[in-house]
Amino acid sequence: MTPTRLDKVATKVIEVFVACVVLILLFLLSTILIQGVPHLSWHFLTSPSQSFAAGGGIVDQLFNSLYLLVLTLLISLPLAIGSAVYLNEYASDNWLTGLLRTAIEVLSSLPSVVVGLFGYLLFVIHFHFGFSILSGAIALTFFNLPLLTRSIEGALAAISDTQREAGLALGLSAWRTIRGVILPAALPGIVTGVILSAGRVFGEAAALIYTAGQSAPVVNYTNWNPLSSDSFLNPMRPAETLAVHIWKVNTEGVTPDAVSISAGASAVLIIVILLFNFLARLIGRHLYRKMTGNSNK
Amino acid sequence: MTSIKQELRHASKATREDVFGKVITYCCVAVIAVLVISILYFIASRGIATFTVNHVSLWSFISQTSWNPGLLDAHGQPQIGALAMMVTSFTVTILAAIIATPFALAVALYMTEIAPNRGARILQPVIELLVGIPSVVYGFIGLTVVVPYIRHLFGGTGMGILAGTLVLFVMILPTVTTLSVDALNALPGYLRDASLALGATRWQTIHKVLLRAATPRLLTAVIFGMARAFGEALAVQMVIGNAVLMPHGLVTPTATLTSQLTTQIGNTVMGTLPNNALWSLALVLLVMSLIFNLLIRFIGKRGQLS
Amino acid sequence: MKSKKALLSSAIALGALGLILTGCGSQAAKKSSDSPTKITAVGSTALQPLVEQAATNFEKQNSGISLTVQGGGSGTGLSQVQQGAVQIGNSDIFAEQQSGIKADQLVDHQVAVVGMAPVVNKSAGVTNVSMNQLRQIFTGKITNWKQVGGANEKISVVNRAQGSGTRATFESAVLKGKKAVTSQEQDANGTVQKIVSSTPGAVSYLAFSYIKGTVKPLAIDHIKPTDSNVITNKWPIWSYEHMYTKGKPNAQTAKFLKYMDSAKVQNSLVQKLGYISIHAMKVSKNAKNVVTKN
Repeated sequence: MTPTRLDKVATKVIEVFVACVVLILLFLLSTILIQGVPHLSWHFLTSPSQSFAAGGGIVDQLFNSLYLLVLTLLISLPLAIGSAVYLNEYASDNWLTGLLRTAIEVLSSLPSVVVGLFGYLLFVIHFHFGFSILSGAIALTFFNLPLLTRSIEGALAAISDTQREAGLALGLSAWRTIRGVILPAALPGIVTGVILSAGRVFGEAAALIYTAGQSAPVVNYTNWNPLSSDSFLNPMRPAETLAVHIWKVNTEGVTPDAVSISAGASAVLIIVILLFNFLARLIGRHLYRKMTGNSNK
Repeated sequence: MTSIKQELRHASKATREDVFGKVITYCCVAVIAVLVISILYFIASRGIATFTVNHVSLWSFISQTSWNPGLLDAHGQPQIGALAMMVTSFTVTILAAIIATPFALAVALYMTEIAPNRGARILQPVIELLVGIPSVVYGFIGLTVVVPYIRHLFGGTGMGILAGTLVLFVMILPTVTTLSVDALNALPGYLRDASLALGATRWQTIHKVLLRAATPRLLTAVIFGMARAFGEALAVQMVIGNAVLMPHGLVTPTATLTSQLTTQIGNTVMGTLPNNALWSLALVLLVMSLIFNLLIRFIGKRGQLS
Repeated sequence: MKSKKALLSSAIALGALGLILTGCGSQAAKKSSDSPTKITAVGSTALQPLVEQAATNFEKQNSGISLTVQGGGSGTGLSQVQQGAVQIGNSDIFAEQQSGIKADQLVDHQVAVVGMAPVVNKSAGVTNVSMNQLRQIFTGKITNWKQVGGANEKISVVNRAQGSGTRATFESAVLKGKKAVTSQEQDANGTVQKIVSSTPGAVSYLAFSYIKGTVKPLAIDHIKPTDSNVITNKWPIWSYEHMYTKGKPNAQTAKFLKYMDSAKVQNSLVQKLGYISIHAMKVSKNAKNVVTKN
């Protein structure tokens, strides 16, 4: 076979593999959506769940998932940016840094149920946070940190050193350079990292069963005081998320329409993640333009 | 005079800023270090208790296959043998990695070498969506689609290593792909240019130059994927069958470390032997993920040298 | 100027974190003074829906009490109530039967009875087995349905998780001390139901409320698994749902437990969820599985 033929064949083979991956995703998406979308209705999205009667909705679970995501990012994003900056800009390449990197990676491969129980014993019981969004957010931070740190570090490393040199040559401190030049330039990469980790936060169930809990108390969406116990913003209330709800109705659900609730909730989960991806991409592009004054990307 | 003296003696504004920045990032790192140390200590202390407090022999833990922490065997020793679960965990992980690697490489090559613009625009969201699908949903699709299909083809219950492998393969695909893309993107452009200038075809460039140059980082990507597969619990638990038996084939029910841990932990009481034994399983997972990471670092080092 | 901005932005970030943390601090402080008493119930996932629904109804009538109901498993429930971390520990099994629990410290409140039945995939072609046959199926002595008069189909046993309440009940009633064959284990009723209904030749056991769709319950020695047979212990596979407290419950917890025992819950909620009212029972069972007539 001539090299040109081989090249064509290899390209075709690669394309076939790629097509397989796309097909797998399409298959997964269509399975979830075809099973789920027929069960979606305004009622389903806006009514509270039922523990045994049919006709329950997912409004609380949906909000809880979003709120938990925001809280988790609020805790983990600054930490991740800080440590990524440290690892990429300040740290010297010695055994301590290596140890730190290994430690962060180990966090990400822990089974979530272990992190959940750890969070349960430490935050829920020991610190008296109770079953709460806060406990859940801290537990999720454990998963989020490694992913976020690694992707942000990657984004920072991709910025060419000329940018740093330019900053330093202007007499700026390293810190000002990082803040004013490096971080904005790395923003699209950071946004991608956030989306990827948000997906994981959204889909996580095992770690939340023991921390954020698996009950969704009735909350008042007009009470904006985060300290009041029935406010939807109160971080100290137990909160069942969408993924936990799917898990629950599938494992111990006694509602007659458990199958359709699970299918519907899965579809909502996927749609929200789709929306989130789309929005984050849009925002990332917009921010990149704004912060770098670069409009041809 | 004095003002200059003062300026020279005291840290400049830029230095102060730098110190400020360093303090912030050091604090972040310190927080992470504290988190990691606390969870490591927590798991290690509980996991080791099986051997120190309950006096189970470490050798029987890693060489026996019967897992029945509540019962005693003929010698009055609790039946805590994790071998079957370890073997299954490894088999599932390695098989998933073997299947995922060509797919991930193909997608990564497509995104970086073959159609960088169009490919990346379509495939990037695809990869991110695969990450976003929750493991519960993967598990249920596995249970309702993959398992019946395997049962149809091979008979039996359809649960087992094959089903677990197929589910894990899709789950680790995004991780391996994303890291492979990074690996290929990190290669300097002159490698491609030089190879193409020598008259090599694109495939020759990929095969003979790029893949070889990127091998250490590609291996790292695969090992990251394996670490992810090793720790995955909910989805695997639904399709593996959870029978603590040595796997006799790809389609007989068996159990992984994580599936056993997830199934049992709520039914045991803190501080008792059955509970400690489960934490020992968690410790095995932890040690394994440490080994995976050391491997990654080792390979990374080797890559730098060559 | 710029550095001030840097300070400000990081201060805001830190402040946000601080706000959350102080928020919970002040929350906790407020709780102790005037806000509602908090009762937490943790444990059995099977019991959770019942207690959760009852708690919602109870809260509507008693604004001074706020209830949190969580799952986590019977073992978790018992160990947490023993440590005093929660007020109520929900359990599918007697505290005496759970290793590592000092049962004499805990007070048992039985709130419902749950009947369980062996279930098979419809391909088995069997509707009735003898107790002896059932035992042999679960100990691995009988491996094909045709040995008990069914179709020529290999039996695949789906057991419940070791240490789960359902398994303890089933094994004490059916296996009589014999060791079950090592086989598939599933933790939750819903998952077992799905697996049995889709796997040819599968056999397992389920709480009555999950027996629906294509899984077929088995009669044992021609006695059907019905509520009325459970009440008289003619059908022997049943257990209590327990809510344990550490020592005597405090006034608010006692009030809730009394509500759980009231006709309002027992005659409507309990039955709607597929349980049997504790008041309907004509027999009672103790932790050693000795059954006595009431």
